[in-house]
Amino acid sequence: MAQHDDGGTNAAAGSAVEHSDLSNPGTAVVSSDAIQNPGLPPHRLRVTDIDPKKEKTAERNVYTLFYLSIAGSIFAVAAYVAFPITPGDTNSVRLNTLFLGLGIALGLLALGIGAIYWAKNLMRGDEFTEMRHTTRGSDATRERAVEIFKEGNQESGFGRRALIRNSLIGALLAFPLPGIVLFRDLAPAADPAKLLAHTMWKKGMRLTHDPSGAPIKASDVTLGSVFHVIPEGLNQKEDALEEKAKAAVLLMRLEPDLLHVSKGREKWNYNGIVAYSKICTHAGCPVALYEQQTHHLLCPCHSSTFDVEHECEVIFGPAKRPLPQLPITVDSEGYLIAQSDFHEPVGPSFWERS
Amino acid sequence: MAKNSSTAIRRTRSKGRRSPLATIALIVIGLVTTGGAYALFSSTASAETQPSSSVAANQSSVDAGKKLFAANCATCHGLNAEGVDGVAPSLYGVGAAAVSFQVGTGRMPLANQGPQAEEKPVQFTSAQISEMADYVASLAPGPGIPAEKYLTGDADASEGAELFRVNCAMCHNVAGAGGALTDGKFAPALSGVSAEHIFEAMETGPQNMPVFNDKNITPQQKADIITYLKYLDKNPSPGGIDLGNLGPVAEGLFIWIFGLGAVIGVTIWIAAKAN
Repeated sequence: MAQHDDGGTNAAAGSAVEHSDLSNPGTAVVSSDAIQNPGLPPHRLRVTDIDPKKEKTAERNVYTLFYLSIAGSIFAVAAYVAFPITPGDTNSVRLNTLFLGLGIALGLLALGIGAIYWAKNLMRGDEFTEMRHTTRGSDATRERAVEIFKEGNQESGFGRRALIRNSLIGALLAFPLPGIVLFRDLAPAADPAKLLAHTMWKKGMRLTHDPSGAPIKASDVTLGSVFHVIPEGLNQKEDALEEKAKAAVLLMRLEPDLLHVSKGREKWNYNGIVAYSKICTHAGCPVALYEQQTHHLLCPCHSSTFDVEHECEVIFGPAKRPLPQLPITVDSEGYLIAQSDFHEPVGPSFWERS
Repeated sequence: MAKNSSTAIRRTRSKGRRSPLATIALIVIGLVTTGGAYALFSSTASAETQPSSSVAANQSSVDAGKKLFAANCATCHGLNAEGVDGVAPSLYGVGAAAVSFQVGTGRMPLANQGPQAEEKPVQFTSAQISEMADYVASLAPGPGIPAEKYLTGDADASEGAELFRVNCAMCHNVAGAGGALTDGKFAPALSGVSAEHIFEAMETGPQNMPVFNDKNITPQQKADIITYLKYLDKNPSPGGIDLGNLGPVAEGLFIWIFGLGAVIGVTIWIAAKAN
């Protein structure tokens, strides 16, 4: 291996051989497919090698950069003192971070640029080849290594005492098992498909304001309004965020004759007030950009667009299913309530979704 | 009400159990409580946001507004503000708040048909705008000019920030930098918008913006949101220059082009031979 790599000498030798062949070609046509090693290009002197004035300039540039680096570091310390962080004042954090960062950046950048500039322009500039060392040890070293292994085996009895050896291997294999068992329990204990298929909405549950949890009257929802809705009692739940991620609902009111209601859903809206899941059926983002004149709902993540007039069917974007509708009605006090849970799982597809 | 009370009077008189004075007192109490409750819970904008009594009284202002309306708005909205199908909506019930917002931000009169009316230099003096607002408010009841106490920007900013994240941030961006909608429509940036116009926009839902009536976001909550937006105006991003809060995609693109460009440039310089 090592011999193949020392390109320079090999190529020289190769070309020398070929040269001697050419001196007496005979009748044979010698053609070689191998790519010739072009060797190193001819050395070109840099301006700093030729012109002492340029060399002086380069030298000045390098130490100027190093001095600049010193100035940057000192500036960083000075700025840290001059622009202290006052608790509660975010503006002071901004100034402190800005000037400290600028100082440190100047200190480090000028140092690095100076070092590279120095190496490129002033240090030794001609090209040369360094040979690699062989990686194989000497025969004596190799023999000694084998000897050490044998001695170790003999002294410890690893090969002889099979019971010790095997029980050690067994212990090492058993050691990671508790970790694997623990990792298994990172998955939900219950069947996750069931958790995904249902939300906390149920019959008679009031629709309430997000985030206050105050109930909403049907008369509050005027034309063109959009309400961000959470189920009643969500804020008191221990896993409120997990439940909200499934149960969040958007409430809108349209002119009732604009709604194209399909069969079986006639009772799902209340006088033009409709409630749809806020969770996009594509990737689960909150679909909440509501255009009140076109009655389109937009998802901010991938621009899926749903038409509220046509039961939130997809009219643009990567989503495949319409947003699930929450059947709503009012209770005796005029507050909006859910008739039931969603009739299909909300949000994006999952493996077990039928 | 009137019918009920008159029958009540007759009944009590015929039975003659109570003195007539007690009956009158009872009627007065009943009228005051029902009337007061009605005023408190009446359908649209609450009494606090609508100083309409003083406005309606000023007939000269309404007349001046009507003249301005006929000269500047009636071409599209119709001579009686009844609207023209496919051209401009009816202005019945939009209230003084809608006029103050649309004309006060220069959106109206509309310069040309487009995806949405855009902000431009205001065409009228504030006196003229309030005259037109009085005229439109006189046509039908609607949301009025917000009370001064909600516009001072010294309410609860953190409460406002939460409400803003829930109700507004999806379109206007969490830092109020605005964002795109469909077909060339967009939610405008909110920095530098006056407190009055922010309040009126929530109240009236201009163009494709939904309406946030006082039952959805109470006037006090609207004041909180205004306070949050004013706080954002006054307190720039603590992390340094914020690239206009354009969001992760634009900021990512910036660092990919300029950050990586700088890295590649430096690499080329390091590897190049000195001349």
